[in-house]
Amino acid sequence: MSASQKENLAESPLIELKSSSFTLPILMLFGNDLAVIGEQLSRTVERAPDFFRNTPIVMDLSPLAAESQQVDFAGVVSLCRDLGMVPIGVRGGNTEHNRAAEALAMAILADRSAKRETAPPPKPAAPAEAAAKRDHAPPSAGNATRLITQPIRSGQRVHAEGGDLIVTAHVSAGAEIIADGHIHVYGTLRGRALAGAKGDTASRIFCNDLQAELIAIAGQYQVSENMDDSIRGLPVQVYLENLSLMIHPL
Amino acid sequence: MARTIVVTSGKGGVGKTTTSAAIAMGLARKGHRTVVIDFDVGLRNLDLVMGCERRVVYDLVNVIQGEANIRQALIRDKRCEELYVLPASQTRDKEALSKEGIGAILEQLSGDFEYIVCDSPAGIEKGATLAMYYADDAFVVTNPEVSSVRDSDRMLGILASKSRRAENNEEPIKEYLLLNRYSPKRVKVGEMLSVEDVQEILSMHLLGVIPESRSVLSSSNAGVPIILDEDSNAGQAYADVVARYLGEEVPHRFINDKKGLLGRLFGG
Ligand SMILES: Nc1ncnc2c1ncn2[C@@H]1O[C@H](COP(=O)(O)OP(=O)(O)O)[C@@H](O)[C@H]1O
Ligand SMILES: [Mg+2]
Repeated sequence: MSASQKENLAESPLIELKSSSFTLPILMLFGNDLAVIGEQLSRTVERAPDFFRNTPIVMDLSPLAAESQQVDFAGVVSLCRDLGMVPIGVRGGNTEHNRAAEALAMAILADRSAKRETAPPPKPAAPAEAAAKRDHAPPSAGNATRLITQPIRSGQRVHAEGGDLIVTAHVSAGAEIIADGHIHVYGTLRGRALAGAKGDTASRIFCNDLQAELIAIAGQYQVSENMDDSIRGLPVQVYLENLSLMIHPL
Repeated sequence: MARTIVVTSGKGGVGKTTTSAAIAMGLARKGHRTVVIDFDVGLRNLDLVMGCERRVVYDLVNVIQGEANIRQALIRDKRCEELYVLPASQTRDKEALSKEGIGAILEQLSGDFEYIVCDSPAGIEKGATLAMYYADDAFVVTNPEVSSVRDSDRMLGILASKSRRAENNEEPIKEYLLLNRYSPKRVKVGEMLSVEDVQEILSMHLLGVIPESRSVLSSSNAGVPIILDEDSNAGQAYADVVARYLGEEVPHRFINDKKGLLGRLFGG
């Protein structure tokens, strides 16, 4: 490369700073027993490994901060990493928590739930948070919707990234469909369906005939064995309420 | 231009070789020049079912590796002069198969034959995926049981994504369901999935239902494709399948248990 070429390159911009918002899964920590956290976390991941693989995750330390509990922060981070997640930051921690996070090159994220430090249990606050997210989320872009008209067969895996997934045929047992947004299946859903795969708790699953092996929204899942017989084989919608999965006939 | 049919299933022992032999013979007997190729390298048995095992000189792998030309390897059937068999190798391993090699053989056969029937090995590995790669039509052989249906479903997914037609964005492979070893009696008592159950799970076109029949084993032991046993239910069912595939309207039989007294005494 000649010197003048180099100069030209220096003139034309190779970078640009932009801003964009992402919905990230939050790992709430309610206690500091590393062994128990590890056990519960790996049990959760085991049930939906694809959901967690390489997923950036933010740790919410506000319940610990509220009770001035310390935590082996490096331990939790390495637990997450071992399970395939990419911990990127914390929120809601106290000064000591934040210092530990900084030492591990983690981001300290603005804490929208700071006020909750004084409010007792953090769980009931979740729906409000989901609602807030819904309000702030950009409208689902029409072109991000993925339409599939052929049956999705055992062993196949479809991921509608950044949007909704519509399947007009059936989804076989042994198949897996994933959407960052909603999932609609106008045939029989026999395989696994994971909506809100990037953590959007407002995502829903709609299907004409529920016989799924597993359904999940934003990481909250239910396996076939635990599904109520009364809704099996029916047209249903699945959504999150207080972070628990609700399955209702349509 | 030949039409290439793959007989596939995922699961082993469901009747792919039986079906390949029967439909190849059926097509040839209707006057269509047909070759049936055994892709089950290492476990060849199409030649046994076709009754030509003692005339095998060269095989598929020899041709792919240039040790013989295709004419030397083809075995002409003694009962039907429109029918040829290209046997598999029993001594080589399936790594000897290559996509390019198979492509070149099919290309050569395509000029001389109307139908090329590929008897696929079980599994979803190399032999099976190569057998289906160049297919125009797929006969998916399924037994009326959950594990077999599940494997067929898996195979359909692979057919839809890993074929030449899929890679070139051409019209997809036509898929036909062949439900084999069907026993209306066992369906009735709930030991087997019904035709409706299987169709509901796979949602694909039903080409035919082949009943469970003892004649199948005895005729393959004798090296006679079952379709030549015109007295057997299974032979008749395969004849229907061939006719349907060629566009004739033939009602489905052997789905319900309504044999007459004579049938019950002598059937099977
Ligand atoms: N309709 C049928 N009724 C009874 N036995 C059958 C039938 N179809 C296949 N069989 C038997 O099942 C076994 C496996 O058949 P085969 O055609 O070799 O299966 P594959 O090629 O799929 O492994 C053979 O012993 C065969 O005789
Ligand atoms: Mg076989």
